[in-house]
Amino acid sequence: MVTSATSLGRNGLYDWLMQRLTAVLLGLYTLGMLGFFLFCPDPDYQSWSGLMGALPMQVVNTLVLLSIAAHGWVGLWTVATDYLTTRHMGGPATAVRLVVEVLIALALLVYVLWGLVMIWGGA
Amino acid sequence: MKVSIYRYNPETDREPYMKDYELDTGGQDLMVLDVITRIKEQDPTLSFRRSCREGVCGSDGMNINGKNTLACVTPLSEVAPGVREGKKPLIIRPLPGLPVVRDLVVDMTMFYDQYEKVKPWLQNDRPKPAKERLQSPEDRAELDGLYECILCACCSSACPSFWWNPEKFLGPAALLQSYRFLADSRDEATEERLAEMDDPFSLFRCRGIMNCVAVCPKGLNPTRAIGHIRSMLVQEGV
Repeated sequence: MVTSATSLGRNGLYDWLMQRLTAVLLGLYTLGMLGFFLFCPDPDYQSWSGLMGALPMQVVNTLVLLSIAAHGWVGLWTVATDYLTTRHMGGPATAVRLVVEVLIALALLVYVLWGLVMIWGGA
Repeated sequence: MKVSIYRYNPETDREPYMKDYELDTGGQDLMVLDVITRIKEQDPTLSFRRSCREGVCGSDGMNINGKNTLACVTPLSEVAPGVREGKKPLIIRPLPGLPVVRDLVVDMTMFYDQYEKVKPWLQNDRPKPAKERLQSPEDRAELDGLYECILCACCSSACPSFWWNPEKFLGPAALLQSYRFLADSRDEATEERLAEMDDPFSLFRCRGIMNCVAVCPKGLNPTRAIGHIRSMLVQEGV
């Protein structure tokens, strides 16, 4: 058993499931968006605003936003723990990895908060 | 034919280098181990491991023209087109990802440490039967494709996840052995075994790229075993 303090759920199964469930949601959302642009090839502000302003879409967008954050964190944390290691870069690796992980977490947090304002801010 | 072999003696060489040898095989489809043995007659300083020379002991795992395999069961004709005919060189390196002790001999400590972690023995605290713990033929069949592993390390040393985190990721060989005991009807430590692998590294660092399956000289499928363990964890944890 390897202890991981910075993984999403501190648990391999949780992270693995979360990455796959969010991938399914993001995949379906992408297909939905493709469908929208396919059947509405010349979207104007009215149709776009009508779609994104509807309550069900706001809920879906919030779920998608959280999914991107969770999926992104699991994936980028994995990349960081693969490449930013003492095996690759020697002694400073742990400090570098921690800084990179904090930057990724901050970026995702800003992205989520900013996204929530966009979704629920009533533009 | 031209044979290019990785050479490194830490006592005399500053860094590893490839040394070229010429060998007349007379067009014979020799096993790579036979080729190396003949080269050692030319150059006795060459070091490599070998023992059974028939694919049972797992001593002579090495990287041959880019692929990990056992030198003793790999004929020149199977290495790559043109190698047997001498049109292309035979290129031999040690197993990647493991520290080189000398020439083609690698330090397997990290590999065995991970093997030890999966407790590769039968765990059963019930009173011992008079003769032996019996299995039905069906239960015994569950171990086919698992018990045959000879721990040559070709799979784990072909796995990038093992190269990058050899202290944390168990690697395909140890995971195949773990499932060998998880699948054993006589073993009673299923929960404990699964609990030891429920972190983000030990098992879940496997990305399913199947390098292990592509190189296993015994034709085993560690990726499938890893999938079975993952399914067991899902059933336990969801």
